[in-house]
Amino acid sequence: MTTLFQQIANGIVLGAVIGLIALGYTMVYGIIQLINFAHGEVFMVGAYGGLATYTYILPEQFRDDWQIALPAVLVGGIVISVITAVIMERFAYRPLRGGPRLAPLITALGVSVALQEAVRLFYPGATATLAFPPLFVDGDLRIPVPGGGGDVVITWIKLLLVIVAVLLAVGLQMYVSRSRMGRAMRATAQDADTAKLMGVNPDRVIVLTFILGAALAGVGGVMYGAYQNTINIDMGFQNGIFAFTAAVLGGIGSLRGAVIGAFCIGLIKTLGGQYLPGGNQYDYVWIFVVLILVLVFRPEGLFGEPEKVRA
Amino acid sequence: MRNQLVKSAAIVAGALLLAACGTNKTETEGGGGGAAACDTSKGTLVVGVVAPLSGALSALGLGIENSASLAVDQANEACKVKGYKLALQAEDDQANPQVGAQAATKLSSDANVVGVIGTLNSSVAQNVQPVLADKDIVQISPANTNPTLTKGEKFLDAPERQFDTYFRVCATDDVQGPFAAKYLVEKAGKKKVAIITDGKTYGDGLAAEFKKQLETLGGTVVAQEKVGEKDTDFSGVIAKVTPSAPEVVYYGGEYPAAGPLSKQMKDAGLNIPVFGGDGIFDAKFIELGGKEGDLATSVGAPTETLDSAKAFIDAYAKKGYSEEYSAYGAFSYDATNALIGALATTLGDSGTWGEDQRMKLLENVGKYSAAGATGDVAFDEYGDSTNKLLTVYQVTGGKWDPAETGTFEK
Repeated sequence: MTTLFQQIANGIVLGAVIGLIALGYTMVYGIIQLINFAHGEVFMVGAYGGLATYTYILPEQFRDDWQIALPAVLVGGIVISVITAVIMERFAYRPLRGGPRLAPLITALGVSVALQEAVRLFYPGATATLAFPPLFVDGDLRIPVPGGGGDVVITWIKLLLVIVAVLLAVGLQMYVSRSRMGRAMRATAQDADTAKLMGVNPDRVIVLTFILGAALAGVGGVMYGAYQNTINIDMGFQNGIFAFTAAVLGGIGSLRGAVIGAFCIGLIKTLGGQYLPGGNQYDYVWIFVVLILVLVFRPEGLFGEPEKVRA
Repeated sequence: MRNQLVKSAAIVAGALLLAACGTNKTETEGGGGGAAACDTSKGTLVVGVVAPLSGALSALGLGIENSASLAVDQANEACKVKGYKLALQAEDDQANPQVGAQAATKLSSDANVVGVIGTLNSSVAQNVQPVLADKDIVQISPANTNPTLTKGEKFLDAPERQFDTYFRVCATDDVQGPFAAKYLVEKAGKKKVAIITDGKTYGDGLAAEFKKQLETLGGTVVAQEKVGEKDTDFSGVIAKVTPSAPEVVYYGGEYPAAGPLSKQMKDAGLNIPVFGGDGIFDAKFIELGGKEGDLATSVGAPTETLDSAKAFIDAYAKKGYSEEYSAYGAFSYDATNALIGALATTLGDSGTWGEDQRMKLLENVGKYSAAGATGDVAFDEYGDSTNKLLTVYQVTGGKWDPAETGTFEK
């Protein structure tokens, strides 16, 4: 029983990381129907931005003090992610807006490769896996499993990650449904031309969408580095693919769907690795099997609405 | 589709990055000292060295060069090869297979080159081997550990000698697993092992040999799992092996995954050592999360710990080289002595060197047997060292410390 609960806990942690990335995928798709494949790299760049903040900016006496180090590194990660996303939107996607839909998609692939290679070339030591500081109190929460057989162990940083991810997702949902800009976002998603006639500036809405998505990815990147203790330039690609799958599973365009899809993916990966044939080497297979089944039987995803997308 | 695109783009970019060339040449005149007392009327014969003398691995390469030079000097002083003076010619391979092949070509075009000591890297050796074999020139490596160099791709089930000209004085990767199992059961007293591998040839091979030996010695493999080569989150596999209560995790793979694995095991409450091969024996392993008590095997031994190496260390210190002898110095010294010893046997008291002597020299290297700095130096039917000297290292105080050095006999 302990193993089952431990794997569920592991799945929830992974789901929280994927969810933070998936929100960005789904929001951008909701607004401009672009599958921004470079979004995974925004997550990766955020982690390197956080590491750079820690290594080159944060004074040494604060490094062991998580109350200062963690917020500082998070801010560093978010800033770098947001700058990357804004530049990406301005120079790679905006010029192609109104063009054929395939053009920005291919561009997104190009941006993804360019970002990975840029980090590989210009970040000192990024050709290999880099160590990432723990940033948070050491230690773990142990939950005894009734009936004996050991505890479910979850480190504090992972717990923090799950809490932060859930709070951010709820906050984003509230922002989109209650605020003025949120209403503008929803309006643009439903009908961009009419929204424009009503005085909504689509460029501002789109940039804001990219900024929100990048900020969440930046948080995700830093926290991911902190609990794994290592980062590498492949992390964005790998987790980006999971997040994309989560967004499709949940119904691309739906915020709630992306988060629930992400937790599903996390659980499928860990439980599939535990109980299904092939073990951990084949856990990716089950994720994509589920994706295929969803696409065959419910192409709009779990929470998506057919032919009607929303942010 | 995207995966393909990214992969191929990455490969192209990587290939461009690798474009580098140029050669450096270093020549060191051997001889001196008592050489004048010997009869050197027949001229000079050359011992070639191919090693990385510049770049990130130059510390190891220069140690190889200096140690070979020491052996040459000593041979000249002792008049080991009758009628000839020996000289050393070291060529830089920059740890690059292509540059290594050029260096080998250059040496092989000189009829006075009796043999070549090198290389450091197995990948460079792959390119150097055919060049030297073509001219029947002896090559003795102080440091190549890849078993395929001597026994071919099927080194486990159907070994087949690759080149008659290739020998090495260090142990190979395929004895590391059994050596680790022996240490674990007999020295550390741990018998319940979980095996995790990354599914690659190196890791799977290492783990398979480890498992065989472990079970022979009465240990049990309580869990066996594979992880993806690029995985970074190991919480799933850790939760899976935890219930079987292993005392140690044997990891077949390399440090970029092993470091985080060790850290994440501790985080998940599975605070037991990770044990691996030379793929995890790197300072980076500790930086990436390797913890106190983790273990690794590596070929060779820290030279200072060997009784047989005392004379070598003293002689090296007396020469006042500006670089350390490093990890493979003692092996290089032994390799050079083997070459010189076989040459002396080949030429005898009155022989004359010529291309026609090469086959005889090869035969004599194969038959060579003597005590060296790293222990007994001799070669088996594949050209591998019969001396399987290995060391178990343990993370102590934030760095790898030798825990036990020994030889493994099948």
